[in-house]
Amino acid sequence: MGSQQHGGSGQDTAASPRHRSDTTLRVNGTPRTLTVDNRRVLLDLLREDLGLIGAKKGCDHGQCGACTVLVDGRRVNSCLLLAVALDGCEITTVEGLAGDGEELHPLQRAFRKRDAFQCGYCTPGQLCSAAGVLAEAAAGHPSHVTDPARPSGEPVPLDREEIRERLSGNLCRCGAYPHIVEAVEDVIP
Amino acid sequence: MTGTETALGAPAERREGREKVTGTARYAAEYDRPGRTHAWPVPATVARGRVTGVDTAAALAQPGVLAVLTHENAPRLAEPDDATLAVLQDAKVPHRGWFVALVVAETPEAARAGATAVRVSYDVEPHDSVLRRDHPASYAAEQANGGHPGSTEHGDPDTAFASAEVRVDVEYDVPPLHNHPMEPHSSTARWDGDRLIVETSSQGTSTARDVLAGMFAMPAERITVVAEHVGGGFGSKGTPRPDVVLAAMAARHTGRPVTLTLPRRLLPSVVGHRAPTLHRLRLGAGADGRLTALVHDVTTHTSRVKEFVEQAAVPARVMYAAPHSRTVHRVAPLDVPSPSWMRAPGEAPGMYALESAMDELAGELGMDPVELRVRNEPETEPDSGKPFSSRHLVECLREGARRFGWSRRDPRPRSGRTGPLLVGTGVAAATYPVMVSPSTAAARALPDGTFLVQVNATDIGTGARTVVAQIAADALGVEPGRVRIEVGSSDLPYASLAGGSSGTASWGWPVHDACVSLAERLAGRSGPLPEQGIEARADTAGRADADSPYARHAFGAHFAEVTVDTVSGEVRVRRLLGVYAAGRILNARTARSQFIGGMTMGLGMALTEDSTVDAPFGDFAESDLASYHVPAHADVPSVEAHWIEEDDPHLNPMGSKGIGEIGIVGTAAAIGNAVHHATGIRFRRLPLTPDRVLTGLLAHESPAPV
Repeated sequence: MGSQQHGGSGQDTAASPRHRSDTTLRVNGTPRTLTVDNRRVLLDLLREDLGLIGAKKGCDHGQCGACTVLVDGRRVNSCLLLAVALDGCEITTVEGLAGDGEELHPLQRAFRKRDAFQCGYCTPGQLCSAAGVLAEAAAGHPSHVTDPARPSGEPVPLDREEIRERLSGNLCRCGAYPHIVEAVEDVIP
Repeated sequence: MTGTETALGAPAERREGREKVTGTARYAAEYDRPGRTHAWPVPATVARGRVTGVDTAAALAQPGVLAVLTHENAPRLAEPDDATLAVLQDAKVPHRGWFVALVVAETPEAARAGATAVRVSYDVEPHDSVLRRDHPASYAAEQANGGHPGSTEHGDPDTAFASAEVRVDVEYDVPPLHNHPMEPHSSTARWDGDRLIVETSSQGTSTARDVLAGMFAMPAERITVVAEHVGGGFGSKGTPRPDVVLAAMAARHTGRPVTLTLPRRLLPSVVGHRAPTLHRLRLGAGADGRLTALVHDVTTHTSRVKEFVEQAAVPARVMYAAPHSRTVHRVAPLDVPSPSWMRAPGEAPGMYALESAMDELAGELGMDPVELRVRNEPETEPDSGKPFSSRHLVECLREGARRFGWSRRDPRPRSGRTGPLLVGTGVAAATYPVMVSPSTAAARALPDGTFLVQVNATDIGTGARTVVAQIAADALGVEPGRVRIEVGSSDLPYASLAGGSSGTASWGWPVHDACVSLAERLAGRSGPLPEQGIEARADTAGRADADSPYARHAFGAHFAEVTVDTVSGEVRVRRLLGVYAAGRILNARTARSQFIGGMTMGLGMALTEDSTVDAPFGDFAESDLASYHVPAHADVPSVEAHWIEEDDPHLNPMGSKGIGEIGIVGTAAAIGNAVHHATGIRFRRLPLTPDRVLTGLLAHESPAPV
């Protein structure tokens, strides 16, 4: 799929022109300009327009976390964000998690090593969420289980309780939780 | 691997792991065929009645909407064996949520908008959707799920119970439960001339192909059903569900490829659920703890569409020696969605009740609950009298007790307290039958020294590709790296579905046999192989389904430690530990993940997963993942799974029993028993949510005046 292409095959006929907007996003480092149905959420833009199927549609209502991606470095439920509202944003999906020249992100390697998934459907969301968690903790963002007496702004060490708390928005029905937590622990600097 | 090691049992990594962590593994809704359209279903908003009209004008006027299928214009289908698949075939509404129309559009947004715009009118009839023990419509079922007899009786259980030295007579309630695999049921269908090609989220595509062939009245050879990756199923994708039928109909109606993903909130009404079960357990025992009478009565519901009877009293026919026993399943057909399989149907709710009652009996006797179970270990299967092919429940209990630190337990209820937290521990046993179905496989040796093994296994997250490769490698006597595996398409050699914990046994058996005969042929020849290689095939029909003179079951023991917050009523599981005897464990890595996963789902059954049939509306009040609480990371601090080596020659060439379901079986009872140990209060209705627990704690502190 080209980097400057317009939306998917049905876009032109599925919404009248006044219900569509030109939107430019940087997705995994590549600029993408699309004419987007104003109803289209980021998740459907990624999956239907760009063919990036890594982000999953588990509930379409922000309840399961399978659609988690990073927007400007912060994790979001992509099923809840209207794509037209993200003009100019930087999007990172599981497909773009590994850096340039890197075959797999350390989290991806750790997930394989720890058998941190079974069916794999929540996995891209868990991975993006975990990447977000590492950044948030490094930036000193507290969680519900962080000691309130901790001075703000300093990196929060991630123990198992912190990891579990921070990943609780990502459901896994196969029950891979203990192995996911081990995998995230493996990559804590 | 060295030359002397075997591949079986090794903790081999999942073969599809790379695809799953990079987001390239393709699931059923992710086949973007040229010209693909999207469909959205319209659910009935009444619990019983008939559709009198469907006004599609506003929907068709929506930009991008291509068609609205209703019972008036949808393709006519042959009557399926499973009546839940007869969608859009008549005006009848058998339950709320039954699909009454399907909108097809260029985009998901347009399809959803179209579905909202469809106006359906109904003739409404009064409905009755709420199960109770004395429901007048209930009757004793002839047969329960799995082909089990509805009722069994040995000796004179009523007299034996009445004259028992120690008696427990208790009732337990298990609510409806929902599978909720992370991938909602999805199908992509297209017609290529007179061929139908479907990608679907299914636990078995050979079965799906056969069902579609019957309904669309076409030869199975003209249908291909693919399930390369499946985002979980837990029974709810065992056989085809309405999505695949609707997608195929819509593709035929529009002449375009169609993807239908069922919206999460609509799943509970159309993909099956674990039916609610209302239990009464009567246990009679001597002062020595030996059971003299065991009576398990189960009342459950089914829909008006089909009879499905959750076989919750069946494990009582397997577990304990009791000379006098009776098991009965009563079922009430109600105006509710159709129940179906959910992980360990029968065993999960049945063992919750039986193992809770055993804990109560241990309390009455003043006996350790592990010892009570050991004392009632039968010599042969109680119901059939058959010898067990292997049974190591006692070893599981002993090993679990050792690992868990059971001997340090103060048996007195409410003996552990730290601040506002009451701490308790509990134990329960688990069982799951050994099942295996006839399947076929092909193994091909190629001139480059590699092998291709084909079997229509389905990998729903179990690691089927990986374990099949291990089985093949051992049978061929080669490194697993030289074996390529193809699974997940009905064009491959026919195989049974991933259900009943039977997959690995069913698929591995013909793979083993094909590889053994291929190895023999290779040993008997010299010189290079022909370009296409040489192939051996195997079919286990007549062997896999042959009657066994043995009772074949896996067993296990669960231990749980919980805290109960006396301020909030919240129960937290500190640790869960399971020990299993399930034949030979073929892949230590993926097996452990399955056991832990089952236990985690059991934790949900014990503490968080609750569903209610909403009486005025006739379907489930908790129908999405915001209201139906599956366990999250923070709910699951420590789950450990262990197993004991079991050498059972009466199973299959690998010596394996199924492992996908037994993990859930005793978990809820172990947690419930731990909550009793912590609080001194016996809660007999799942799940143990803070509102119920706090109410119990408050009543315990200050009992209401009589």
